[in-house]
Amino acid sequence: MSERARMVLDSVKAPDARRAAREFVAQAGRDAAFQLESCVHCGQCADACHFHRVSGDPRHTPIYKLQPMLKAYEREAAPFASVRKLLGLAPPEVTAEELHEWSELVYDSCNLCGRCTLVCPMGIDIAGLVRLAREGMAAGGFAPPDLYKAAERALDTGSPIGLRWPALKRQIELQEQETGLRVPVDAEGAEYLVVLTSIEIMGFAEIIGALARIFRQAGASWTIPSAGFEATNVGVQMGSREVAAELLSRIVAAAERLKVKCVISPECGHAYSALRWEGPNLLGRRYGFEVVQIAELLDRFVREGRLRLRGKDARRLTFHDPCQLVRRGGITEAPRRLMDGVSANQVEMPGSGAASFCCGGGGGVSAIHRAEGLRFAAFECKKQQIEATGAEALVTACGNCRNVLEEAIDHYGMTLPVLGLTELVAQYLEPETREG
Amino acid sequence: MTAVELLEFARGPALWASLAVLVAGSLWRIAGILRLGSKPDLSEPRSTRLLAGAMRGILARMIPRREFRDRGQLGVWNAYAYHVGLAVIVFGYLPHIHFVERLTGLAWPPLPGPVLYPFVGLTFVSLFIALMERLTDPVRRLLSGFDDYFSWFVVLLPLATGMIAIHQSYAPGAAPAPPLDPLPLAIHLLSVELLFLWLPFGKLAHAFLVFASRAVTGAALARRGAPL
Repeated sequence: MSERARMVLDSVKAPDARRAAREFVAQAGRDAAFQLESCVHCGQCADACHFHRVSGDPRHTPIYKLQPMLKAYEREAAPFASVRKLLGLAPPEVTAEELHEWSELVYDSCNLCGRCTLVCPMGIDIAGLVRLAREGMAAGGFAPPDLYKAAERALDTGSPIGLRWPALKRQIELQEQETGLRVPVDAEGAEYLVVLTSIEIMGFAEIIGALARIFRQAGASWTIPSAGFEATNVGVQMGSREVAAELLSRIVAAAERLKVKCVISPECGHAYSALRWEGPNLLGRRYGFEVVQIAELLDRFVREGRLRLRGKDARRLTFHDPCQLVRRGGITEAPRRLMDGVSANQVEMPGSGAASFCCGGGGGVSAIHRAEGLRFAAFECKKQQIEATGAEALVTACGNCRNVLEEAIDHYGMTLPVLGLTELVAQYLEPETREG
Repeated sequence: MTAVELLEFARGPALWASLAVLVAGSLWRIAGILRLGSKPDLSEPRSTRLLAGAMRGILARMIPRREFRDRGQLGVWNAYAYHVGLAVIVFGYLPHIHFVERLTGLAWPPLPGPVLYPFVGLTFVSLFIALMERLTDPVRRLLSGFDDYFSWFVVLLPLATGMIAIHQSYAPGAAPAPPLDPLPLAIHLLSVELLFLWLPFGKLAHAFLVFASRAVTGAALARRGAPL
């Protein structure tokens, strides 16, 4: 598997439009084909897309981003493809120039956030199709170079930023000192396996201490694996199932090695999609364990009375919905119940939940350097939603969102702290008695 | 060929041939998509009520979500206008009911002229608004190609030719005899047959593909417990 993943990465050295086209066609199965064939070009998806809203560029219309995939499908696999070819009416082959141009559309200006999917009157899952189109782009060598490099680092070191076990071990030790609690590592037979993202490990390591306090109060056994700890899956972001499967197999191997009952998907939207929804399909088998997003687990613990909350944050707080958790993952209520438990003054953004705008960095966009300007511009939509609340602090359940939001807030000269939901919950846990 | 012969052709071989193409082409298109197959989803579903999700997907997308009603609503309301207008004209106008009765034996009470005629005007106007939007809106202009414009044309044509043939008089309760001037009716029928011929191959196939597309997405999102 690893060799196949590396072969995909080699494709960037010699981009090949025909290879991309073959992959586009391979991705166009029954469900995708019904959707590709159904578009009536009404353009409603353009108004739903934050990139189009801020740029006004019609090329940023979500369905337009699928043009190369649609062309390849119509040329090779659509119901009347052979007749159209015979009559000389088939679309021309996709070209390398075209795919280089579309690289910006398929990657830089798409967070796979699924707002377009939600608005489409024909019920086309446009975000899902863009995810499939990325398979063709990546196989052909047309994904952004930054994503190939991140994938290479992830395959080599386990992390897209090159973070290895000693760095995590150091962060764990610091958190153990900070909290006075032990963080179990490679504990076989633990109930819960916690995996983390590099962003959390390097940027928001307090989450490790927060988890230690949460699991202690819940009375649940847990562990962090020394191998297979990275939840970020750049393979899913760039659109390489080979890379995605390889990275995912490391977490699955850790879960099976440590015989855990449940793997906790961390505060990361796309990691949840990768682990929870795409994982079994990428590996071609069902898991022998449950996958639960951390917000779902905390909500479960609170409702079971295993976590006891005391006191509430008095600031005006608003919750930013990570797209992959809400629109693509169905986790809408759990974070809100948790927020209710820890916030005395929670206010919803306009369009919160299903229609919330993306932070602008999802779907791998935050890792694409050339997309930075566009990402900051796209944040304008989120900014308006945030400002409408008059919130004093923003809370979210995704480390990548948190990082991107902090950067954008800084870029726009706003003063608004961004908090992690898990840390906020841990902050308001009822203090443990000495005996407890 | 005389006008009467043209009408006989339109009512006979042309009608049956176009209907055959309509049915065979539609089946071919659906079968061509179905043959692509799909892999089973191995992830643990949050909900197994996929049929309910598919049905919800079909119904829910008939009305835009509240959160998306903040801009660009002319296209949405206009689309309602010509879809509803066309349905009223096709199923409410007495000669059309006769036409269906001749083919299937099914008939139902027609709408009175004063109710129906405003719909003809509304549909005609809204189809032109749709065209104007397609030509002037940068997004729709970029997305649109021959298929979109020809599909618009083959929908407008029966409406236009039907308006010319509208003053023919017919005895209620039975399939009518040829009108005194058969040419407008022959042209109207031929324009409908052009629509039948084109429908399975172009954008008009959304008439049946929409249900599959909405159902597929509805089931997939329901499986994840995600909003529809």
